[in-house]
Amino acid sequence: MKTITNAIPNRKVKPRKRLRSARRQMPFYLLMAPGLILIAILSYFPMVGVIIAFKDYNARDGIFGSPWKDPLFKNFEFFFKSDIAKSVTFNTLFYNLIQVVSVTLCALALAILLNEVKNKFVSATYKGSILLPTFLSWIVIQFILFSLLSVDRGIVNSVITDNGGEAIYWYSEPSYWRYILPIAYLWKNVGYFSVLYVAAIAGINTDYYEAAQLDGASKWQRVKHITLPLLQPTIIVLSLLWVGKLFNGGLGDWNGFYTLPNDAGALYSTTDVIDTLVFRSLKKVNDYGMSSAIGLYQAVVGFFLVLISNYIIKKRDPDSSLF
Amino acid sequence: MLYRKLHFSKLVIHLMFIAMSLACILPLLLVVSISFTDERSLMLDGYRLWPKEFSLNAYKYVFNGAGSILNAYAVTVFVTVVGTLLHLLFTSMLAYSLTRPEVTHRKALSFFVYLPVLFNGGLVPSYILMTRILHLKDTIWVLIVVGLVSAVNILIMKNFFRTIPESLIESARIDGSGEIHTFFRIVLPLSKPSLATIGLFVSIGYWNDWMTASLYIESQKLRPLQYLLQSLMNNIGYLQSNSQASRSMEAAIGMLPSEGARMATCVLAIGPIILLYPLLQKYFEKGLTIGAVKE
Repeated sequence: MKTITNAIPNRKVKPRKRLRSARRQMPFYLLMAPGLILIAILSYFPMVGVIIAFKDYNARDGIFGSPWKDPLFKNFEFFFKSDIAKSVTFNTLFYNLIQVVSVTLCALALAILLNEVKNKFVSATYKGSILLPTFLSWIVIQFILFSLLSVDRGIVNSVITDNGGEAIYWYSEPSYWRYILPIAYLWKNVGYFSVLYVAAIAGINTDYYEAAQLDGASKWQRVKHITLPLLQPTIIVLSLLWVGKLFNGGLGDWNGFYTLPNDAGALYSTTDVIDTLVFRSLKKVNDYGMSSAIGLYQAVVGFFLVLISNYIIKKRDPDSSLF
Repeated sequence: MLYRKLHFSKLVIHLMFIAMSLACILPLLLVVSISFTDERSLMLDGYRLWPKEFSLNAYKYVFNGAGSILNAYAVTVFVTVVGTLLHLLFTSMLAYSLTRPEVTHRKALSFFVYLPVLFNGGLVPSYILMTRILHLKDTIWVLIVVGLVSAVNILIMKNFFRTIPESLIESARIDGSGEIHTFFRIVLPLSKPSLATIGLFVSIGYWNDWMTASLYIESQKLRPLQYLLQSLMNNIGYLQSNSQASRSMEAAIGMLPSEGARMATCVLAIGPIILLYPLLQKYFEKGLTIGAVKE
């Protein structure tokens, strides 16, 4: 058989084969077409469009027709020469670091304890309650926060004044927001991550626990020497994925930083992150040049963060890496 | 002794979870309670976890009002339903094809799909694309288009399609079924569970999205629920950030939609999620885990 196929001259087979393979592929390309076209338009066009950061944009000439800025980095100048760059970069890193650490630790603790609740119905009820905030929008959470912290009617201030204290102006003092924002993010995200970790714990082979129990290991020892080490890859991957997202606009969840303080100017020093700055300068100031420059800065930093976290993931757990 | 100690630690665990659950639910109930409280009582007593004077006026006001809430509901429901269906359709078609060995360039195509996760152009070029080139500003379609594809969901679907036995597709082919026919008649019905979970998350995303509307929507008619809520909050926020105005809040309140009405709108916006929540919790959890935890 083999000799016969080999005997046929190669150049005769190839075109026919290619034609047949093209014919077989055709239906799949039809299926892929809408998705690929959408990605090309929605993701790749803006990717090329980042050059707008170096242009003197005007609507008539469009992104590609507008003249280049002179000097080329003019759009970046204002942002980097002011203190804003430092403060928003610091805030972005600060809040994301706090979030990753606080949410991971609390979620792990909750997941391990949830695992101890043996009654299925009860544990489902707990899970359901702590998962609830995950599904609320940041606007709704803004309403909730407002009813807690409103100056004259908020329930927190009512409790304080009822006990003889002085009402606190939560919405005009920036320093409070260093605590309020991480707590709000913890509240929204902890349920989600504990359910993830509960699933990961459920995947651990029960033989380990039985063996340890036979050897007389206490509950805490079992957690310390079995659960935590075996969860380590999951913990690292989830945390790094989060870190990788932090600068990448649209992926990281920055909406709360905009809605919770209600975009109040007096609070920017502690609430403004890169995403909110880009969003605001586009929506309110309509400054294409500056906001695209900041957006490019964010995208570049985000790109390196994703690369770095992917590199670390790959070393720890090659199967979980993105690429 | 040992028995008692165990019992005690269990009690602590349960108490902690009860406290946690309350911390997650009570703030939401506070909003509900405000929406059912009489406006005068809100002025005098502030917000309470239990209405001092029960009243349905806020809801009457919201429904009799401009009718904007019903309109916002219609917009949100339309965007959520159409957006989710199209998202699922496009995602599954693309993800399935990317797993087929017949497609010779599937590696390169996958890279094409994932690259935007690494580097994206950011908000401004997208904004110009939507407004100047696609001319979608202030149309309902912009709310849908923005969320139509997601590389992460494509990845999840791909992982799922890999588990479908090749023999099934092969036998369909032998029976003379075309590839597209096979996909819609055999593969898609098999993937109902994962479609349902991804669909839930996509629909929550559409339901909760306020940013798109706030960037692109101008006319009152096209306001989705979340954006309606945001504009209501902006009225309060203006008064709060401006201490002078804050003092004269009671005077100003007559002109603005009442406090309770705002909270009632908020309750109506969460309503469907909360009502469906107990039914769908199982799917929610499952959906969370297929995305991130490998089995």
